[in-house]
Amino acid sequence: MESPDGSSLPDFLELQRTRVLCKADAPTHTEGFQYSGAFAAMGVDTSVSVEKFCKNFKIEINRLTDEDMEFDMIGIDASIANAFRRILIAEVPTMAIEKVFMVDNTSVIADEVLSHRLGLIPLDADPRLFDYISDDVPNERNTIVYKLHVSCEKGSQRLTVKSGQLEWLPEGSQLTMASPAQSGDNQRTYTSFGQSQQNTSERPLDVKYNDITIARLGPGQAIELEAHAVKGVGKVHAKWSPVATAWYRMLPEVVLLKEIKNGDAEELVKKCPVNVFDIEDLGKGEKRAVVAKPRACTLCRECVRLADDQVELRRVRDHFIFTIESTGSLPPEVLFTEAVNILEEKCERVISELS
Amino acid sequence: MPPATSAPDAPVAEGDAEAPPVPTYRSLAAPVSNPVDKFALLPAFLKVRGLVKEHIDSFNYFITKGIKNIVRANNRIEARSDPGIYLEYKNIYIGEPSVQVDFRVETITPHFCRLTDRTYSAPVIVDVEYTVGKTHAKHRKPSFTIGYMPIMLRSYACVLNGKDEAELARYGECPLDPGGYFIVKGTEKVILIQEQLSKNRIIIDTDNKGRVTASVTSSTHEVKSKTVICMDKEKIYLHLNQFTKPIPIIVVMKAMGIETDQEVVQMVGRDPRYGDLLYLSIQECATERIYTQQQALQYMDDKVTYAGAGNIKDGRSKLILRDVFVAHVPVNNGNFQPKCIYTAVMLRRMLDAILNSDTFDDKDYVGNKRLELSGQLVSLLFEDLFKTMNTYAVDRMNKNSDMARSSPLDFSQLIMQQDVITSGLERAISTGNWDIKRFKMHRKGVSQVLSRLSYMASLGYMTRITPQFEKTRKTSGPRALQPSQWGMLCPCDTPEGEACGLTKNLALMTHVTTDQEEGPLRNLCFSLGVEDLSLLSGEEIHAPGSFLVMFNGLILGKHRQPQRFANNMRTFRRSGKIGEFVSVFVNEKQHCIHIASDGGRVCRPLIIADKGRSRVKEHHMKELRDGIRSFDDFLRDGLIEYLDVNEENNALIALYEHVDQDGVQRSSITHIEIEPMTILGVVAGLIPYPHHNQSPRNTYQCAMGKQAMGNIAYNQLFRADSLLYLLVYAQRPLLTTKTIELVGYDKLGAGQNATVAVMSYSGYDIEDAIVMNKSSLDRGFGRCIAMKKYTVTSEKYGDGISDRIAKPQRDRDGVLIKQNMRALDEDGFVAPGQIIRNHDIYVNKQTPKVTNRTPGTALTDRDYRDSPAVYKGVDGETTVVDRVMLCSDTNDKLTIKCIIRHTRRPEVGDKFSSRHGQKGVCGTIVQQEDFPFSEKGICPDLIMNPHGFPSRMTIGKMIELLGGKAGVSCGRFHYGSIFGEPSGNADKVEDISHTLVKHGFSYSGKDFLYSGILGHPLQAYVFMGPIYYQKLKHMVLDKMHARASGPRVLLTRQPTEGRSRDGGLRLGEMERDCLIAYGASMLIFERLLLSSDPYQVQVCRKCGLLGYYNYKLKTSFCSMCKNGENMAKMRMPYACKLLFQELQSMNVVPRLTLTEG
Repeated sequence: MESPDGSSLPDFLELQRTRVLCKADAPTHTEGFQYSGAFAAMGVDTSVSVEKFCKNFKIEINRLTDEDMEFDMIGIDASIANAFRRILIAEVPTMAIEKVFMVDNTSVIADEVLSHRLGLIPLDADPRLFDYISDDVPNERNTIVYKLHVSCEKGSQRLTVKSGQLEWLPEGSQLTMASPAQSGDNQRTYTSFGQSQQNTSERPLDVKYNDITIARLGPGQAIELEAHAVKGVGKVHAKWSPVATAWYRMLPEVVLLKEIKNGDAEELVKKCPVNVFDIEDLGKGEKRAVVAKPRACTLCRECVRLADDQVELRRVRDHFIFTIESTGSLPPEVLFTEAVNILEEKCERVISELS
Repeated sequence: MPPATSAPDAPVAEGDAEAPPVPTYRSLAAPVSNPVDKFALLPAFLKVRGLVKEHIDSFNYFITKGIKNIVRANNRIEARSDPGIYLEYKNIYIGEPSVQVDFRVETITPHFCRLTDRTYSAPVIVDVEYTVGKTHAKHRKPSFTIGYMPIMLRSYACVLNGKDEAELARYGECPLDPGGYFIVKGTEKVILIQEQLSKNRIIIDTDNKGRVTASVTSSTHEVKSKTVICMDKEKIYLHLNQFTKPIPIIVVMKAMGIETDQEVVQMVGRDPRYGDLLYLSIQECATERIYTQQQALQYMDDKVTYAGAGNIKDGRSKLILRDVFVAHVPVNNGNFQPKCIYTAVMLRRMLDAILNSDTFDDKDYVGNKRLELSGQLVSLLFEDLFKTMNTYAVDRMNKNSDMARSSPLDFSQLIMQQDVITSGLERAISTGNWDIKRFKMHRKGVSQVLSRLSYMASLGYMTRITPQFEKTRKTSGPRALQPSQWGMLCPCDTPEGEACGLTKNLALMTHVTTDQEEGPLRNLCFSLGVEDLSLLSGEEIHAPGSFLVMFNGLILGKHRQPQRFANNMRTFRRSGKIGEFVSVFVNEKQHCIHIASDGGRVCRPLIIADKGRSRVKEHHMKELRDGIRSFDDFLRDGLIEYLDVNEENNALIALYEHVDQDGVQRSSITHIEIEPMTILGVVAGLIPYPHHNQSPRNTYQCAMGKQAMGNIAYNQLFRADSLLYLLVYAQRPLLTTKTIELVGYDKLGAGQNATVAVMSYSGYDIEDAIVMNKSSLDRGFGRCIAMKKYTVTSEKYGDGISDRIAKPQRDRDGVLIKQNMRALDEDGFVAPGQIIRNHDIYVNKQTPKVTNRTPGTALTDRDYRDSPAVYKGVDGETTVVDRVMLCSDTNDKLTIKCIIRHTRRPEVGDKFSSRHGQKGVCGTIVQQEDFPFSEKGICPDLIMNPHGFPSRMTIGKMIELLGGKAGVSCGRFHYGSIFGEPSGNADKVEDISHTLVKHGFSYSGKDFLYSGILGHPLQAYVFMGPIYYQKLKHMVLDKMHARASGPRVLLTRQPTEGRSRDGGLRLGEMERDCLIAYGASMLIFERLLLSSDPYQVQVCRKCGLLGYYNYKLKTSFCSMCKNGENMAKMRMPYACKLLFQELQSMNVVPRLTLTEG
């Protein structure tokens, strides 16, 4: 890397600074140089500045579907990339079932286990439309109510209860509080909805996937319950995590240390299970190995297992291939922007606390 | 052993293109040139014989044959006064399991018994013939019940016998449950297999003084005795309990009619060395001037221990020689010759041992052991009870006839008067105390409660063998692994600690024999050319070249062509003409052929090989796979036979059909193992790659596998165990073994496949602690359900007065009077599905205040006082009522069983273990985002410290990780059966690694991980993959305990002891020593007095005794000095004051001398 004043580091230092070397036995130079003045003596300034960051930072989206996305995030430090990953897993809020009111459960699955299973079902509800539930007054702005009422007739076949059978109740809870003190009043339910949730979102607030098995019922068994979903973050419980997982890997870089020809080349190509290498025909029956798809490298290290003088495997320290697998409440790209917003908020908080 | 006849359908070398036997391979794991996949034999064997078949077989033998033999031997009882009044048992059999309710017979099922605390028993029915009255009129009474006998599950008498899975489900029974146990008073009891030294066999050994002894424990139906012949100071003596002193053996021989010394020497053997050794004994006899039988008997008469009735010693010794001395050798019509020869053989073997120490017997040798099974034990008990019952009946009859009753009784009314058989059997099985006076048997702990902690625990119980020795003995011999255990007893599965090596477990394919008819076998031996003993002179017996033929420890005779005789016997066995468990063993060293058909021998099936060529061919296996052929067909066709430990010595058993190797001629191979993995037992069989582990690790796992939580049985949710641990999401292991599939562990797993990263993390992973991923726990990893049963009995006090269950009391507005009744339903029982908290009432029981009230007056509400059952739980935990069951117990009292369920997620301190004896507690729980993640986005479920590997050397765990990782990537369950690599029952590491590479993982299984905290790559590649982890039953919640102030013991006023009583934590002696050494006297004072049991006493300075304080007069007073002048106050531990008073009560006066105050 060229420094602003023109002078540059010697190659081996530059390599250490910008690459992680994946040797056969262990990776080296994994942590990089954090101190901005580490190479000041050589006239190289590695300090972070907004201008530099803006100049170098780049995002390239490779794949984007409803469920997952993969993009390259270039020109950023591992700590910041990791911050996004951590926020995605633990701090972007979603809605998840938190309270279950069990009316009837004669199935073999215990109430607590059934509730636990319900909690883990991803909901198709945009958490940005809801508030966190504060002092236990469930209303239309912080709670989504679902109902499940299935029974298996006596004499019929065994029945599988799927998540699709959860029925959204936009008007709030239908269960009345059996409070003997206020028997005269109009029956109070477990929620106090001011208005219907019908219009809060253009889509109905159903579950995301209809084919998740909740329970199985034998003949004569039944489940009747009401489930209340609230907003929360993955830090508290994994059910509120908006991602199945989110992770990154550093861009692989595969370097041939010397020219590999003919038989050796073929052997090398055969070794790699993901076909990183290819053969280039030099004419006259001469063949040469070239690195064709370094990105595909999974670091199985087959190419360096027996002889590590031919190939060197490296990772580019500031190039991240970031993958987000959404559980469905929000599309992955929105999740990422949410994560950025949360990080921004955090920074604001730090700044305001410091000033 | 060259086969005498080959099996008729054994075409030579069919599809058996064998390379010429060139010894090229040295290794046992040499590839098989034409492998016949014999594995299918194993499931076929287990289908026929089952996992606990030996228990069921032995019980079946008892209820079908044994019980009849017992009754036939004692079939007639008669009155003493009038032998014409008698009762004769014509037949006996076991009915259907049933219970008598109000003179009605109802059939019962095992599960019904478990739930209602009943005994699963069936009536013992006899057909009797008896005479009545003075006329001796004959009467017959068919189907007469003399008692109820607990029935072993899945035996012939059990309703579950021969039922298929659907029918079992209808009975509420789990199809995977092996049976073989009893249900007594609602608890499942196993009669453990008892290990004993074999009966009726000569054992040459040295005693604790180093003397050479030959001992025989004789056991017949009538008597049990122990005969010891011992060489002391070069002279040979007989030790028998009936004699006060050792008797010179030559005297014994003379007493039995061998009067000349020459004859004795001839019987022992003509070798002059024997003569030399016998010389001193003969001389001793001569110096005692004993030359004739009469003199010998007289000599022995003087030494009889106690003279019996009438103090007549004369003739006693002859009776002893006949009935006690080597009692199993019969004396017919006063013919002592068999006994003489037997004694001579004992002597000869003893002398052999002196001449050549190789010929000593090993007591720990499995061939010298017999396993006593439940059928035999119940049979002993039944025999005793049956005789007791008859004795009672005779006693009563005698008593009645003495009193000259007007209407004469008959026996049929007498035999059932007491519940001798029913209660005797029930008591013995439920307490485990086998007290049989007749056989001087006093054993404790014969039966044990079947542990239902996990499926493996209950299976392990069924194969367990308890030792004969007391466990305190320090000797290492019986604890050591015996080479003869190979294939019979599991080398891994033994507990740690005091019972280590003594308690053993059966291997997978072991069978324990039951008794077989002796008569036909004996006749067969004679027709095969055995020369009868009675026709032989002493000289001829030991003629060179001829072998003695021993049949179940008895000398039958001799045979001149031993090998031929053995081959003939084996041919008969292989063709099914004699029982398949008859063993024929040629002992070259002793010049003996042992034929054994007795029960309790361990044996296992092996494939017969003709000159190294397996008789089982591929087409046989195909027939088996197609279902045309069963395991019994293999036996019948002479392809497979059972060998017991002794006969194994005559066989050369190869692991695989192979070419010559290790210097073994292929042609000398007689048998081939069915599967090498059958060397292990059921519990050790679930360890993957155990042959790569350090041996004690497998042993540890065997102990731990029994503590793992999982699924217990298919009917687990309908059972009412007092404590049940279930894993919510139990999985089958990714890395399985063949044994796992055979025993059904894949259906009732006890663990989960966790992705493990072997690395150090956070410092909370030292000392084998593991770091767990919080998100994994959130998603259900390690979640378990603990179900506890709480039983309440509604007592009855007679006259129709009993406890009652009251509705929850409410005030006028309908609000509960007491908050702790919130979990109650309107009927006074707790409602299923209700959350129940600490101190809540679960049964609102009320007890009448007066229980002996005059009958007729109705009880009102006032006559009852509350005696509710209060739930004692952990504060802050949510427990739920699972079920409430009502039933009436055997005394017709109402029993309420509440089952309370608690779902727990793992917490710090809970114990986990892999299948390689690597246990560890959860050290900390870490958020998922802090966990490392791999290039593929995989985040481990738990992190294990690599320090667990070097010292433990559990390579199997590493291979399990690799295999599991390959398994998840390629979608095929991988196998890790013991020694399974050559036969394809275990995947090789190399293959696994290639699979890994194919799916983009490293060859070594190590992944490139990124730190979850800092985001940069970790400095090492981390070994990561799935390992099957078990959650063990030890959980912090059940163990944690702390207290500030709390309850105290009434007597000493010191804090109570133990967690269950909310006790204090003791500052023990050693802790006290530390404080003394440190000089922290005030701390000692505070701990031992102030925080324990401080008490203010009044001490009289004059007499030094304790006085008292009069609160009315506000003065202290000494009751000794009768004044209050010299009183001083002081504080002392209450226990100290108590000690003084107790001493005073024993006339010891402790006086206190005060220096100040």
